[in-house]
Amino acid sequence: MTRILRNRLLYISIVLIIGLTGFVVKNSYYLQVLTFIGINTLLALGLNMLMGYAGQISLGHAAFYGIGAYTTGILSVTYNLSPWLSLPCAIFLSVLVAFIVGVPTLKLSGYYLGMGTLGFGMIAFIVFREWDDMTGGASGFVGIPSLNIGPLSFASEQNYFYLVWSVVLMIIIMCQRIIDSRMGRALRSIHDSENAAKAVGINTMNLKLQIFIFSAAVSALAGFLYAHFVSFISPGSFDFLMSVRMVTMVVIGGMASIWGALLGASLLTLLPEWLHAFSDFEMVVYGLIMMVVMILLPQGLTRGILDFCENARERYAGTDHFKD
Amino acid sequence: MQEFLQYLFSGMTNGAIYAVIAVGFSMLYNSTDLINFAHGEFVMLGALGLVTLWKTAGLPLPAAFILTVMGVAGAGLLFERLAIRTVSKPHPIVLVIITVGASIFLRGIAMLVWGKDSHSVPPFSQHNPIDIMGAKLLAQSVWIFCIVLSVVILLWFFYQKSLTGKAMQATAISKRAAWLTGIPAEKMVLLAFIMSTGMGAVAGIIIAPVTMCSYDMGTMLGLKGFCAAMLGGIGSLWGALIGGFLLGILEALGVGFFSSAIKDAIAFVLLLLILYFRPGGIIKSTDASRF
Repeated sequence: MTRILRNRLLYISIVLIIGLTGFVVKNSYYLQVLTFIGINTLLALGLNMLMGYAGQISLGHAAFYGIGAYTTGILSVTYNLSPWLSLPCAIFLSVLVAFIVGVPTLKLSGYYLGMGTLGFGMIAFIVFREWDDMTGGASGFVGIPSLNIGPLSFASEQNYFYLVWSVVLMIIIMCQRIIDSRMGRALRSIHDSENAAKAVGINTMNLKLQIFIFSAAVSALAGFLYAHFVSFISPGSFDFLMSVRMVTMVVIGGMASIWGALLGASLLTLLPEWLHAFSDFEMVVYGLIMMVVMILLPQGLTRGILDFCENARERYAGTDHFKD
Repeated sequence: MQEFLQYLFSGMTNGAIYAVIAVGFSMLYNSTDLINFAHGEFVMLGALGLVTLWKTAGLPLPAAFILTVMGVAGAGLLFERLAIRTVSKPHPIVLVIITVGASIFLRGIAMLVWGKDSHSVPPFSQHNPIDIMGAKLLAQSVWIFCIVLSVVILLWFFYQKSLTGKAMQATAISKRAAWLTGIPAEKMVLLAFIMSTGMGAVAGIIIAPVTMCSYDMGTMLGLKGFCAAMLGGIGSLWGALIGGFLLGILEALGVGFFSSAIKDAIAFVLLLLILYFRPGGIIKSTDASRF
């Protein structure tokens, strides 16, 4: 009961924060950055379910992001389909691909799984780049229309900000419900020991496949939102580096934590914006930050901050006790 | 026939380079269970190091060769000491992200030092191409084959005959057991790092005359080398060699007889196939328990 109550309070506070932010921030650049944070949070949330809870690494998730973006782009521009009809198509396609790729790949584990997904991600990237007639090849795909529901248009940054963040809230609630369910407990047992999970009768293969498909669908949803927001997509946005960036968001934020995904996505989106000041040193500083965070806080920032607070509280309590 | 031979030659040239990169991956994986995603960047450093020392500074080729390898191996040493050794909880995902961070860092450094333009280097010697049944074999290709073969044979002798090499193999099998028998396991790991990055530099140096060298050349080479290592069976010297040549030749034939669009895809399709059907690689048994 308390957990449900706590979750509800959290959801309400998120709604308030989103509402207030959208109301206060009028600068279109800031709104744009906040929207990108929302899209990246979706990516991190999806991958976090796979990596943080089920303990399965994927180095090719940008492929699903790309499938979402390209499917909706091609359907709504080349075939003149309404974007709202192309959304289910995009999600269906990514689910289908995730199923086909997942069945053999998820039998692998550890580094092998990482490599298998890496190979898949690279092949998807090469398809985006080389299938010129469909995807526009290396020069990209232009003119993806903005979204609208009847008279309500999402062409303005503010409306798009609200759209993206309501989707984020929806997915957060969905993830939280999965985690708190029987399925979530089974997933965590796979994370701790797959053999033990099998021994108590969990169909681990099936469960891993389900969560892989779920995370692929969330990534495709993010791709859909991304494509209609920027209206121009090119294969460079869905390459190996993007997959790595997604993994980094999850790990730097802190695995197995929804707030970690939010924090990681925000940091990795804001970092390049701040680093523009360094211009040529951007890559050097970015790489350094990745290394230093992982060396000092291998559990990720959320866990690191929590541990720090706990230690501080203990120390504080300790001195109190000493005084008495 | 002439066409086929021509593709075969270019495939073998590329394959030899993939093989050296794969050997670097394998060596490191063997003694540390680590996959170094920054390996391609050490290859890039080797190529650009040669550009500076040989072309710009005008050193004689052998001196530039040795200095570059030593410099890059030194960078590998620093990398192990500063980044890998200091990790408090070496979880594989954490290590992967650190090596990825290192690869971005090194690419950034290379961009600052050598700029965004690509550089080129002349071939090692000015011989005419050799004509074999109408197909041309470049002199640089001969250089590449010779260097790759001698490196692999030297390594094989090092592992089989020298005490240090045997100690390294022992460390690879079990770090703890090696440590108990008095082998300084930590030093062996460091040595593996130095040799692996040095091997990367060798690959960069021999590839420099046949390709354009720029700060972002490393990523693809690293990934291809990695595919080659998996193909042959990661951790095995001969496996890396076979995997490298096989990948290079298949790539060249695919480009020659189908289309150049699929060139990069071939490596990754092979990687997936090998993972699904024979995760231990071509020459090893199907055992994959070490992961």
